[in-house]
Amino acid sequence: MAYTVPRPKLTFAEKIYLPSIVAGLAITWKHLKRMLTGQTKVVMQYPEEKWDAHMPEHYRGAPTLVTDEHGRERCVACQLCEFICPPRAIRITPGELPTESEFSKVEKYPAGFEIDMIRCIYCGMCEEVCPEQAIFLRKDYAITGTSRAEMLHDKTKLYEMGGVFDGLIHKWNPDK
Amino acid sequence: MDFLNSIPWFLMATSLAKTIFLVFLVVLPMVSYTVYAERRVSALIQDRLGPNRTGFPLTLLGFKKDFSPFLGGLGQPVADAVKFLLKEDLTPGHVNKPYFWLAPCLAMMPALVTLSAIPFGSEFMGVKMVIADINVGLLFMFAISSVGVYGIVLAGWASNSKYPFLGGIRSSSQMISYELCMGLSAVPVLLIAGSTGLSKIVDFQVREGWLLAPFTDGNLSLRELLLWVPVGVAFITFTISMFAETNRLPFDLPESETELVAGYHTEYSSMKFALFFLGEYTAMIAGSALIVVLFLGGWHVPFMPDGRAGWVWGLLNIGTFFAKVAGLLFFFIWVRWTLPRFRYDQLMKLGWLYLFEIALVNIFLTAGILALCK
Repeated sequence: MAYTVPRPKLTFAEKIYLPSIVAGLAITWKHLKRMLTGQTKVVMQYPEEKWDAHMPEHYRGAPTLVTDEHGRERCVACQLCEFICPPRAIRITPGELPTESEFSKVEKYPAGFEIDMIRCIYCGMCEEVCPEQAIFLRKDYAITGTSRAEMLHDKTKLYEMGGVFDGLIHKWNPDK
Repeated sequence: MDFLNSIPWFLMATSLAKTIFLVFLVVLPMVSYTVYAERRVSALIQDRLGPNRTGFPLTLLGFKKDFSPFLGGLGQPVADAVKFLLKEDLTPGHVNKPYFWLAPCLAMMPALVTLSAIPFGSEFMGVKMVIADINVGLLFMFAISSVGVYGIVLAGWASNSKYPFLGGIRSSSQMISYELCMGLSAVPVLLIAGSTGLSKIVDFQVREGWLLAPFTDGNLSLRELLLWVPVGVAFITFTISMFAETNRLPFDLPESETELVAGYHTEYSSMKFALFFLGEYTAMIAGSALIVVLFLGGWHVPFMPDGRAGWVWGLLNIGTFFAKVAGLLFFFIWVRWTLPRFRYDQLMKLGWLYLFEIALVNIFLTAGILALCK
């Protein structure tokens, strides 16, 4: 059955259309004025203002390696992070500690540790899986480079970005 | 002065100076900064910031720092121009080449030619600030500005594809319809001022007060009070027709990008596209200048001497004229970012069934008032 949509009855003011134009102009003028007097909040002006101050605690930025308070590398090259990494961004070359070291034959160390930042998806699984708490996601988000080689973070770069993490790791911490 | 004006080379030299001043020092910079203003104002109205970065890259010239003026982004028009000049100028294979090349020129030239009849100042150092002071100035403006439609129609036709074609067709019918109301709504002004020469119309407004603000000569007679009604109506209809004539929103159907991709300039790129763009904005400036001359007193500043009293006043008059034009341009931009586009049949209905009749009745009203109160 046909249904006729009832048309609204327009008043004279609505028919001549000009009052609504003026009303519309008033609305846009209000927006313009509020912008000019700085009452409207605008988006963050990125390169001048940055996220850094507002970054939440749980923010996941670039993955980095850390040393302990004695300056030893925490990573024991167990390669769990390499295996868990979904985009396979991590490549570890395990190495034997020299015999004169007191930890020789106890643990390994990474002879090479590379994270391909073109592949990394910042998921944080490497941090979660690490039994030694050697890898952490820091808050660096602007990872840029002009070549592929530059985007391949090697061991020196990773330790430089990571810094020191002291204190007991979860494995030995009875509170955790 | 008359003696000097009778010497041909003096006339030629001053005309050339005025043309260069008007076109290259005022109108073309004004066009590019209108485009910038369009983007900034639209952004501010929509609670954004708009282009606020591009400064002048002085570091390229060996300076220590780039120069970004107070608002930022004032270098944007320069960057745009460079971009347009360096882009690839593509001529599609299926177009009608001679007309395809002719169209952008035809879109740009009439708008610039109409400027020649506009009195943009009183007198400066004894020279009248109008390039061609012809006594049919208004008719000349109408005649030349209607040539502007050929650029658009040719572009639509020569592009040989459907969306530009539709844009061209829409443009021609829209221009024909609205030219009529525009001409008719200017007739009351001619009746009141008694001349079609634009300088004479301005002189009349200097003597008797601006048409839209008759109190600017210091007194307000009953005749002026009565005439205020038809003049106000004429102003509104003339302004609406001007919006349609310059293809501005809410009447930008020839290029309505949501329906016709980009309308008549879909197939154009690079500087040829930029010429359409420049033509549109130049036409906007010419249109605003015409509104200023007809209704807002031209270069006149109330209760101030004009250019005959000294070169400072001459400069002030020129400045006033372009300030008024800039005000109207802001209004054009403001309306564009407020109103939605008309539907095509609504546009035609508005033009033929309402504006045309209103303008026609308005002429009789004005004539009646003029006949009753001498």
